[in-house]
Amino acid sequence: MKYPGNASGRRSAAENAVYLDHAATTPMLPEALAAMTEELGQLGNPSSLHNQGRRARRVVEESREQIAEAYGARPSEVVFTSGGTEADNLAVKGLFWARHDAEPEFRRVLAASAEHHAVLDSVKWLAEHEGAEACWLPVDATGTVSPATAREFIERDPGSVALVSVMWANNEVGSVQPVAELAAVAREYEIPFHSDAVQAAGQLPVSLAGSGATALTVTGHKIGGPVGAGALLLCRGADPVPILHGGGQERDVRSGTLDAPAIRAFATAVEISRMRRDDEAKRLAALRDDLIARVLAAVPDAVLNGSPPGPDRLPGNAHFSFPGCEGDALLMLLDAKGIACSTGSACTAGVAQPSHVLLAMGTDDARARGSLRFSLGHSSTQQDVDALGAAIGEAVQRARRATGR
Amino acid sequence: MSGGVDSAVAAARAADAGHDVTGVHLALSMNPASYRTGARGCCTLEDARDARRAADVIGIPFYVWDMAQRFHDDVVRDFVDEYARGNTPNPCLRCNEKIKFAAVLDRAVALGFDAVCTGHHARLTRPASSAGPESAGPRLARSVDQAKDQSYVLAVLTSDQLSRAMFPLGGSTKDEVRHEAAARGLAVADKPDSHDVCFIADGDTRKFLRGQLGAAPGQILDEAGAAVGSHDGSYGFTIGQRRGLRIGHPAPDGRPRYVLDIEPASGTVTVGPAESLDVTEIEAERPVWTGCPPPAAPVDCLVQLRAHGTAHPATAWLDGAGLRIRLHEPARGVARGQAAVLYDADTVLGSATITGTDRAAASAWSSPA
Repeated sequence: MKYPGNASGRRSAAENAVYLDHAATTPMLPEALAAMTEELGQLGNPSSLHNQGRRARRVVEESREQIAEAYGARPSEVVFTSGGTEADNLAVKGLFWARHDAEPEFRRVLAASAEHHAVLDSVKWLAEHEGAEACWLPVDATGTVSPATAREFIERDPGSVALVSVMWANNEVGSVQPVAELAAVAREYEIPFHSDAVQAAGQLPVSLAGSGATALTVTGHKIGGPVGAGALLLCRGADPVPILHGGGQERDVRSGTLDAPAIRAFATAVEISRMRRDDEAKRLAALRDDLIARVLAAVPDAVLNGSPPGPDRLPGNAHFSFPGCEGDALLMLLDAKGIACSTGSACTAGVAQPSHVLLAMGTDDARARGSLRFSLGHSSTQQDVDALGAAIGEAVQRARRATGR
Repeated sequence: MSGGVDSAVAAARAADAGHDVTGVHLALSMNPASYRTGARGCCTLEDARDARRAADVIGIPFYVWDMAQRFHDDVVRDFVDEYARGNTPNPCLRCNEKIKFAAVLDRAVALGFDAVCTGHHARLTRPASSAGPESAGPRLARSVDQAKDQSYVLAVLTSDQLSRAMFPLGGSTKDEVRHEAAARGLAVADKPDSHDVCFIADGDTRKFLRGQLGAAPGQILDEAGAAVGSHDGSYGFTIGQRRGLRIGHPAPDGRPRYVLDIEPASGTVTVGPAESLDVTEIEAERPVWTGCPPPAAPVDCLVQLRAHGTAHPATAWLDGAGLRIRLHEPARGVARGQAAVLYDADTVLGSATITGTDRAAASAWSSPA
């Protein structure tokens, strides 16, 4: 018997008309998609010495130059990776190993308590397996690390710090960290400073030279580029121990055949987002501020988490706690109405855990579980904000009925 | 959607019937294993993935609901407590009663859904709209596949719960369901059914209970009260059990011994020959009537006393708030804590929890005239 009903004609789960989850990933810019498609049709391993190889190599090197220039780095300071997670792993583990191997005294890794899991879990792993001591820099109620706190932690034993890592802007609540000041404090003590700039790139002026950081993580798919291409911007002289050994690509720092199509698309997206960044930041901030107003009008007791809208908050980010609700119930209800957003917390098998970021900010468990993140990006429009404003009130009412069972 | 073939086909049928279906996998384990390691155990991460893939093929939205804490409190702890009291629980029944058609149903209804659909093998019929006020809700009946019938573990549900339930598989055999799954392109068509207790993956209930309750040594006595052996926890036994007694020497008459009684307070387990297991009268509490009013007079029926057990001809009557059942022929292995489900042919009349039998010498017993 045939079952023509399977999947056909049913509401497709994949098409949400209103996409408010740009912090998770962004639609590819048409130019990036075109560039990638074209390169996918080409042949050549960028490490090969012959004609085809050199052609592909040229694509990679041009991309490298574009990305380097956009982010205040030299081409030799760009290490291509498969994305932000890999770049974070390379920075945290690789720089720890390099420092610790040179000087076993260097054991402490200072990282903000609200870091992304790619940094957090790498630090924890080093503590459990590689003799590191994890020191978590506390964040305040807005999710921000202060330079004074970083200094205090370093000064407990400056000669023992291997590395400091604090993200440029928080992926959940959007709070912008004082990266230049933190980097300066670390530099005073000659400690390498790494910043995960994955969320900030494209909305804020991320620069390796400008920030004074030793290493920065960036990735393509948060700025209209493809998943699968990212970079660790690494100052000359900072030589991490590699995670990937093999053919010696990227100056032995990161072996593996370079993904020319993805890299080309990544560079295209970087270029476009750099050109549009200032205007885009203003546009997004206006939309986001309207979103906040609409949500608070519909749900007056909703609480905005993170730094107040302004220079200390990512222009596209809004994050709320809705008292009396569970975030995952709200997410389901909005999803059913074609509105995509996120609870912003890590999942195992799709079961949400309360956000470690909110908990680090001093939020209680219940409020942490009743939170949603709405994030805008290059394809966001006023209609998206209007749709959310129209739907959120009823969704919260229903979600409140579902709580406490 | 557990990740098994039954719930997958049930979801597919519901979707084909035109319902607006959303697939939900229940995360019930506090520490889910990554891989499904055999036919026991359920709700590993691999099962969640199987459920997700089935939802993809069927074309419905899919979510995972975390019910681990509720499941632990309402099902796992009840399981342990019951054994500690010397009863034999049925956790699947408790899960249906407290989780699937309570916690999950309540949440679903609050979120705007109308019903919970599962892959249980059972039939549900709604009363005709012409049915008068005596009609007390939907009627539950056995599945056409008698070997797979799960009406026993659903009979505990109230009319309210059943009125918001759907069981699309009741009219099919297990073979038919598997064939349909294969025809629909569902990879779980060949997945083995899970059996035994879903939260005891290695199947070793005794070890699990020992881990929860600790060692509680006691004596094994024969019917005359003579000690014939010892044990390290009366919770490790169930009425009618023959294996695992570890008495070490045969009975004087050389015949197998069976557990007749368990008394946790003194830690005593009583064993004896098979015929001593015979039970004729049963006392049960908290009766639930399924789509029919409580019987005003004693009713002749069939009663099933454990999952996949025989249906015994019997007469049942209300006795105060409880239920009394007289079997027309003796039955063996009747354990406190199990459900007694009454049937009229294949239709469920009601269900109650067994609290005592005429075999149990300790219970104050008298049968009505």
